[in-house]
Amino acid sequence: MSKDAVTFTIDGVEVKAKPDQTIMEAADAAGIYIPRLCYHKDLLPGGHCRVCTVRVNGRPANACTFPVNSGIVVENDTEELKALRRDIIEMLFVEGNHYCPSCEASGKCELQAMAYRLELLTPQMPYAWPKRELDATHPDVYLDRDRCILCGRCVRASVQLDGKRVFGFENRGAQKRIAVDSATGMGDTDLSAKDRAASICPTGCLTIKRQGYLTPVGKRPYDKVPIGSDIEKKQAAG
Amino acid sequence: MAKTATQGKRKITINPVTRVEGHGKVTLHLDDAGHIEQARFHIIEFRGFERFVQGRFYWEAPTIVQRLCGICPVSHHLAASKAMDVIVGADKITPTAEKMRRLMHYGQTFQSHAMHFYHLCSPDLLFGFDAPVEKRNVIAVIEAAPETATHAVLMRKYGQEIIKATCGKKVHGTGSIPGGMNKNLSIEERDVFLKDIDTMLEWSVEALNLCKKITLEKKDFLLAFGAFDSNHVGIVREDGCLDLYDGKLRAKAADGAIIFDQVAPADYLDYIAEEVRPWSYMKFPFIRSLGKEKGWYRVGPLARINICDYIDTPIAEKERQEFMALGGGKPINASMAYHWARMIELVHSAEKIKELLNDSDLQGDKLVTSGKRRNRGVAWIEAPRGTLFHHYEVNDRDQITLANLIVSTTNNNEAMNRVVQVVAKQYLEGKEITEGLLNHIEVGIRAYDPCLSCATHALGQMRLHVQLVGADGAVLDEKYRG
Ligand code: SF4
Ligand code: SF4
Ligand code: FES
Repeated sequence: MSKDAVTFTIDGVEVKAKPDQTIMEAADAAGIYIPRLCYHKDLLPGGHCRVCTVRVNGRPANACTFPVNSGIVVENDTEELKALRRDIIEMLFVEGNHYCPSCEASGKCELQAMAYRLELLTPQMPYAWPKRELDATHPDVYLDRDRCILCGRCVRASVQLDGKRVFGFENRGAQKRIAVDSATGMGDTDLSAKDRAASICPTGCLTIKRQGYLTPVGKRPYDKVPIGSDIEKKQAAG
Repeated sequence: MAKTATQGKRKITINPVTRVEGHGKVTLHLDDAGHIEQARFHIIEFRGFERFVQGRFYWEAPTIVQRLCGICPVSHHLAASKAMDVIVGADKITPTAEKMRRLMHYGQTFQSHAMHFYHLCSPDLLFGFDAPVEKRNVIAVIEAAPETATHAVLMRKYGQEIIKATCGKKVHGTGSIPGGMNKNLSIEERDVFLKDIDTMLEWSVEALNLCKKITLEKKDFLLAFGAFDSNHVGIVREDGCLDLYDGKLRAKAADGAIIFDQVAPADYLDYIAEEVRPWSYMKFPFIRSLGKEKGWYRVGPLARINICDYIDTPIAEKERQEFMALGGGKPINASMAYHWARMIELVHSAEKIKELLNDSDLQGDKLVTSGKRRNRGVAWIEAPRGTLFHHYEVNDRDQITLANLIVSTTNNNEAMNRVVQVVAKQYLEGKEITEGLLNHIEVGIRAYDPCLSCATHALGQMRLHVQLVGADGAVLDEKYRG
């Protein structure tokens, strides 16, 4: 760690970080898991989902966008924040149409895994049953908007990693939806299945075709361990 | 018909038939003199499943469709996978994939048949059809024959563990995929099953012997009970051998004459048609060449044993020969013979499981194949309850545009109506409607092991409701059970 390292605490544990890091990055490096959905390590943070909400010196902030600072006191693993995050996950579930039992993302879906980790059992909020369009026009990739959580990862990946502009958001509020750069569907955009955007979706929304169920139950990423275990393992290891 | 004659008619409704998986309802239409005029086995729920899969991707079908039935999900999982094999051009899947699927299927048949016999049918056979309901249930079986009941539980568990090892989960796994499987069987998994397979086979033979003994003891009564002539339909291997997983369709008449043979799945519509009747949501399939009136048929264990030329496992084949001797080699047309036939298949499944476990192909690692992509896929499988047809059309965007499923219980639809009619005529005519007598009808239906939730794809629970309705719609008498 360089001499201009900053020191702060997360849930009372001292963490050292580089001054240009966010709380999330510093926590990851220290083996402390802060729940997140729209964040992806290869992308600039979007700050969309708020699942990473922590308290910084008592005030709520997004861990994925908030820069570290010497002496800040960060709360992460508290009952209050867990409940808040669970509420967000619950809203994401009821705002879409999620049929996990037959969904090909089951077992590797970050939304589902987060629900398990945060112990969300059955949603109490009313289901919105929105009508959303499925886009199957692309030969190798599909977009099942029922499962979109508007995290914006695909939007950022297309621009930042693929140098394209395939995805974007349209409308606002409850009408907000993921859109593609063609009125006739994703098949008429320049998206390729090899693009990073095509496989960066945390749910089963933007999905490569004909790959479903190839991994047996028991071998899928979150069958045996909760989401975030890879980060926490670092801490356990040292 | 004269108006006066209809006025005197009464209708008795039994709703639902207890100890049938899912729900059903029986109405008996009586005439003036209390004679059975007509008997119907109603399906009261709606059928909506084929619509759910429209627009979904073809590789999702095996996982989605099994959810229309919690009772034999594996059959739907496999039938859909086989149809999708056709879609992805996997005309021959790898030996490992095929044997894994077969293992899954025999595991499913094994547990389903074991459960049906002990939980659903043995109370009737052991205690008599007239025994009061408190006496005639699985709890009573546990008291009367605790060892038998324990075997039942362990056999079911064994079958379910096989399903889990091949499919990923005991219910609603994802093991079978278009073009093959997503896993093989490890040596460790195999050894767990090998350890107990001889016991399972032994217990299967015991169950068969018990069923055979009871049937032969009351042969005249049981084989006449609910008996009627019918055609028999099922799939057989190319050489005529019994094959529960794959083969071509064969139909035999009541006297054993072949109606058609070696029909390929893709051609099923040339041979089988479905009739819609206004009073039922479940369709009535029939053999085209014979027409609606004469073309209906039976499927399931009895039909399968009747149509096949032989069985390729030694114990089951010996038992088949003994069974067929009952009819001098001609098809057996007794409803209660379903139970015996089912037990022959139970033994066959155990023998097949043993054979497969000793086959090192299960440890192979070539799991998936594909070839020329197609837009139409039809496949079938012999589900525990009978032939199950799956037919899909898929567009160039990989979405399902049409699904047509003919499930086992639908294939047996007319046969179940017949058994109600025959049994009602045999036992209810002009008599008081007692609990025991009503149960004769249930016993008859139960022989077919109908799975109504799957035949109609609906949810919902209903109590037993017995209703006596006059021709003018007025309720003359009403009885609730449960
Ligand atoms: S995308 Fe995730 S949460 Fe939604 S149905 Fe699929 S597995 Fe469930
Ligand atoms: S498609 Fe996927 S990656 Fe894109 S916004 Fe929706 S959930 Fe996020
Ligand atoms: S992960 Fe920080 S706002 Fe989504």
